Amino acid sequence: MVGVLALQGDYSKHVQILEMLNLEVLEVRYPNDLSLIDGLVIPGGESTTISDLMTRVSFHEAIKIFAKKKPILGTCAGLILMSKNISDDRVIPLGLLDISVDRNAYGRQVDSFTDQIKVSLNDNIHNVSAAFIRAPKINKVGSNVKILSYYNNEPVVVKQGHHLGLTFHPELVKTTFFHNYIFRKQFEINNAA
Amino acid sequence: MAKKGSFEIKVGLAEMLKGGVIMDVMNAEQAKIAEDAGAVAVMALERIPSEIRRYGGISRASDPQMIKDIQNSVSIPVMAKVRIGHFAEAQILEALEVDFIDESEVLTPADEHNHIWKNDFKVPFVCGCRNLGEALRRIGEGAAMIRTKGEAGSGNIVEAVRHMRQVQSDIKRLTTMNQDELMAASKDMGAPFDLIQQVAKSGKLPVPNFAAGGIATPADASLMMQLGAETVFVGSGIFASEDPPPRAKAIVDSVAYYKDASKLVEISTGLKSAMKGLDMSEIPEGERLQERGW
Repeated sequence: MVGVLALQGDYSKHVQILEMLNLEVLEVRYPNDLSLIDGLVIPGGESTTISDLMTRVSFHEAIKIFAKKKPILGTCAGLILMSKNISDDRVIPLGLLDISVDRNAYGRQVDSFTDQIKVSLNDNIHNVSAAFIRAPKINKVGSNVKILSYYNNEPVVVKQGHHLGLTFHPELVKTTFFHNYIFRKQFEINNAA
Repeated sequence: MAKKGSFEIKVGLAEMLKGGVIMDVMNAEQAKIAEDAGAVAVMALERIPSEIRRYGGISRASDPQMIKDIQNSVSIPVMAKVRIGHFAEAQILEALEVDFIDESEVLTPADEHNHIWKNDFKVPFVCGCRNLGEALRRIGEGAAMIRTKGEAGSGNIVEAVRHMRQVQSDIKRLTTMNQDELMAASKDMGAPFDLIQQVAKSGKLPVPNFAAGGIATPADASLMMQLGAETVFVGSGIFASEDPPPRAKAIVDSVAYYKDASKLVEISTGLKSAMKGLDMSEIPEGERLQERGW
């Protein structure tokens, strides 16, 4: 079963994508819920709000322990929370990805956009759709982090160990590629489909 | 090629605001309080609705300088209101790069027949509604988010509940209809036929559905979420209350844990007085803000 952190943001869109992949899904609202799942999505939303809500119930510590063995996918605000350094001290980082990020780095909503990106994975190049909404930019990448995709020469998909971080939203444009990769292919969660 | 300003990208921002609280603020200092309390966005306006009621006169879009000050003081999205039908005010807000425009009945309408053709704008719009027909007319014009009108500035939840229940029951009714009944439904509701067909099939609005107008307590927020709202706007409910910061925080928590009654006990305990509020009988018919919009 895959969990989606459901404190704030577009968690219902991630639930839809996981259901399209025939995965069982749990909306995660309490640290105890983590014991029931095999992987976690940290969705998009407002990173300041999600970080605040996480702090109020001590979610950070629980997710850090969970992350040692289980995969986490973060999109946009989720990637910001998973990073090590954030250009805004109101967002408390989980430090799961050795990267530094700037929030809202493309500008305001008028600069939000959709586009196709190329992802290199297992020696193949995949074309996927992506929605960048008030998106962050990754400005520093540690040596143990793999960059799987660049957009305009800037990293937009990064992988460290079994975790994956995206600066954009695949879930808004029905892109199942990343959820499929991290929760089905990588960990061979068996499924009848 | 990067594509900006599409309907998809507009609705995308509305999706990001789900499960959050959008707070009315009148200056940069209140905007900071809202952000620190965990608001997902702020609505910049010169007077919160309860003060608009008291002050009277013509209520217009805010001074650009005040909006800029708020934009510079917070990192969350900044929304602002324009008068119904006042597309020039909307053009100014778009040039200011506000993140969302509320074509709002809280301000004095500029056009008594037409709303803004919102499809022409790159910035997304939110509009109020009292029933499904009104919601679908606004979506037809390009609104990327719908909210209940409720009765702004009243501190009274009764109208928001009425409007949310009305939208939900209109949707339910459509899903039970046969294909040959939908054209008449479209005519009765005054709603675009293609959107009627879409809702009849999907059983939900094509854009996020938020609640506004009269939310004053964590329990009000929980009630609206349980009735099907995906986020709440709090107008006067925070800054017309006795001690705004803890109340703002409590309402944020109540939206995240809206189904958890024991958590709501904890959240609601020890807050100072909510805004006083008005019974609907205290607001004469011609002065109800919800009656504005067509």
